[in-house]
Amino acid sequence: MEIVIKKKSVFRGLSLPENKVTAKVPIEELPVPEKVILPLQQSIGAPCESSVKRKDIVKTGQKIADSKSYVSAPVHSSISGSVSKVTKVLNPATCALMDALVIESDGEDQWVGLEKLFDIENSDDFSELKKIIRSLDKKKILEKIREAGVVGLGGATFPTHVKLNPPKDKKINTLILNGCECEPFITSDHRIMLEYGAKVLAGLYIISRTVMPKDIYIAVEDNKKDAIHHLEELIAKIGFKDIFKIVSLKSSYPMGAEKTLIRTILKRTVPMGGLPMDVGVIVNNVATAKSVYEAVIEGRPLMDKVVTVTGEVASPKNLLVRMGTPVSNLLEACGKMGSNVNYLIIGGPMMGTAIADIDFPVTKGVNCILVKEGKARVEQNCINCGRCVSICPMDLMPLVYVRYVKKGSAEGCRQYYIENCIECGSCAYVCPAGIPIVGYIKTGKSMLQTKKL
Amino acid sequence: MEKNKILISHAPHIWKGFSTTKLMYVVVIALLFPAAASIYFFGYYAIYIILTSIATAVLTEFAIKKLRKKRFIMDGSAVITGLLFALTLPPRIPLWMVIIGAFFSIAVVKEAFGGLGYNIFNPALAGRAFLSVCFPQEMTTWVLPPHFSYDAVTGATPLGENFAHIPDKLSLYKDLFFGNTGGSLGETSAMFILIGAAILFIFRIIDWRIPLFYVGTVALGSFLLGEDVLFQVLAGGLMIGAFFMATDYVTSPVTGNGRIIFSVGLGVLTVLIRNFSSMPEGVCFSILIMNAFTPLIDKYVRLKPFGFFKKKKK
Repeated sequence: MEIVIKKKSVFRGLSLPENKVTAKVPIEELPVPEKVILPLQQSIGAPCESSVKRKDIVKTGQKIADSKSYVSAPVHSSISGSVSKVTKVLNPATCALMDALVIESDGEDQWVGLEKLFDIENSDDFSELKKIIRSLDKKKILEKIREAGVVGLGGATFPTHVKLNPPKDKKINTLILNGCECEPFITSDHRIMLEYGAKVLAGLYIISRTVMPKDIYIAVEDNKKDAIHHLEELIAKIGFKDIFKIVSLKSSYPMGAEKTLIRTILKRTVPMGGLPMDVGVIVNNVATAKSVYEAVIEGRPLMDKVVTVTGEVASPKNLLVRMGTPVSNLLEACGKMGSNVNYLIIGGPMMGTAIADIDFPVTKGVNCILVKEGKARVEQNCINCGRCVSICPMDLMPLVYVRYVKKGSAEGCRQYYIENCIECGSCAYVCPAGIPIVGYIKTGKSMLQTKKL
Repeated sequence: MEKNKILISHAPHIWKGFSTTKLMYVVVIALLFPAAASIYFFGYYAIYIILTSIATAVLTEFAIKKLRKKRFIMDGSAVITGLLFALTLPPRIPLWMVIIGAFFSIAVVKEAFGGLGYNIFNPALAGRAFLSVCFPQEMTTWVLPPHFSYDAVTGATPLGENFAHIPDKLSLYKDLFFGNTGGSLGETSAMFILIGAAILFIFRIIDWRIPLFYVGTVALGSFLLGEDVLFQVLAGGLMIGAFFMATDYVTSPVTGNGRIIFSVGLGVLTVLIRNFSSMPEGVCFSILIMNAFTPLIDKYVRLKPFGFFKKKKK
């Protein structure tokens, strides 16, 4: 049976200039920083409460904050040292202040004891690994994932243990591993597939043990041929040939968005306001699969992350970074910035958030730091050209939201199903009048939220 | 980094770089083909009309923006209005009328409604309609191209006469296609209009639905009424109307289906006006009438959002 299946995109996507300059740059480990800033809310759900005080001594990997709420993920210290400050940082995406702990390093990087079940770097006995995984029951796996603070690393930061434990009435029959990485510039998932391929596949196998799907697909865009090839070899080597299938997708933006991905691979339509599990699907990111493996087999909490630093820097890199490392440390590691740089973007150019604070910490949701030159676009009048309407992957009419938000009508936005927008930015990308449509849509959504309360 | 201001703006941080201004100038370049044809067939006076019209349009827009204390952007939309307006005029119209019409187009039809993007009617066509109401005599004085006769001989536009009796159909079609016939400045040469339209298609500026369904409906309607289909399609302002005027973004619907309804409506109105009214030509008024329907079409013809039908089933 063929491992690789090819699929064309079924929606009218954008073909963006890729700019994936770091695709061939191996992941480099950033030295342990002198201090880390760890926000207590790094996932969707309830914020955590810190279990340490000022001046407390913590070890690398020690849990420092947790919440009693089910939809939440604990935070771990990413270095060893002492808690120096309890502070607040601005969440650039929501403009809300989050509590955060500042930890000063003691320079020794002492770890808490980890219980390693299998050594994937030094062992080729994958049947042994499979046996270990099969011996774990679902509850145990989910518990380990939760304790390690694993969240969806594609950017949504939804706690993984919640995602892998769908309500009883939702039958999951398909699992998709998302390695599309459709945004320009970002290559962190690409490098993870190449360098941690075995961990990713084993992680996927662990995930599959929790939801027991019938089909398992690994979705990769066809601009990452080397990753597809590498995973194909690994699948054959490890012996996942019968259960995993790689789907090579025509590269098109926003292919990596859950709903468009499910639409493309399975021809299933996620209902409006629904989740992939409503059509029996669970989608996980490749970086999440790697973290799941590390959490379950190595007992290692989620305290580091591969981040692409790219754009106007002397040497763009893929860095393995401890959580909470200030962005300035990452930039230093990549050399001199261009002289006209005035944008620092967390995430990719299409959906990323511009930040003003160069010491903003790397959190669980960060997969790219884009350094960019540019100027804000001048907003002109909408000329009704309909480009946003024809490009929208969710079949919405973005121009209408701009009109209603300007009028202040949340009801109007609701009538045109503003909640269905995935904020992929395609509309604003094609807009000839330079209207920040996504900005208007975010305003419209929050207007609607306020009205509902 | 310190010396530069860090900017904050909404995602996305990249864009296609095809701005309104660029788009407008591509349309201007496409329109230069029918404009060149008008100069070739109707002589140098056509240049005066076109330049007067563009200059009036741009100056009017500039003056009104200053009066309204708004920023004037040379985005090319006034140039298009001026150029399109000139191309709808008869070849020997006095220049002062051109000035009045172009002023009306910009001042009343476009800026009084709020400027680019807010006008309900196509400014160029509304300007033409205004002139044909004010000066019916001058607006229906046609001349035949100087190739027929170097003294400007008044003649009828093909649609105004009964050409059905002409035995040599082929040379009639040929004249209509190349433009060797009477009519408004820009409408006579189907060939040059199609070259311009090809540019619009290459740059993906216009939606194929509007010209296809408009011309298609006119062809079907003429066929059902027993008219000469090819003649009805090539004669009059249908070609320039279908490719350059009905496709105006501001005054046409945004959804694909809305555009189909819009252009079928255009076709029906054009056939009705051509066959059952006192006017020989109906493109201008059909487009204006359908412009008025555009907000209504946009209100009722919406897209079904992705994932919508499932919810209905519940």
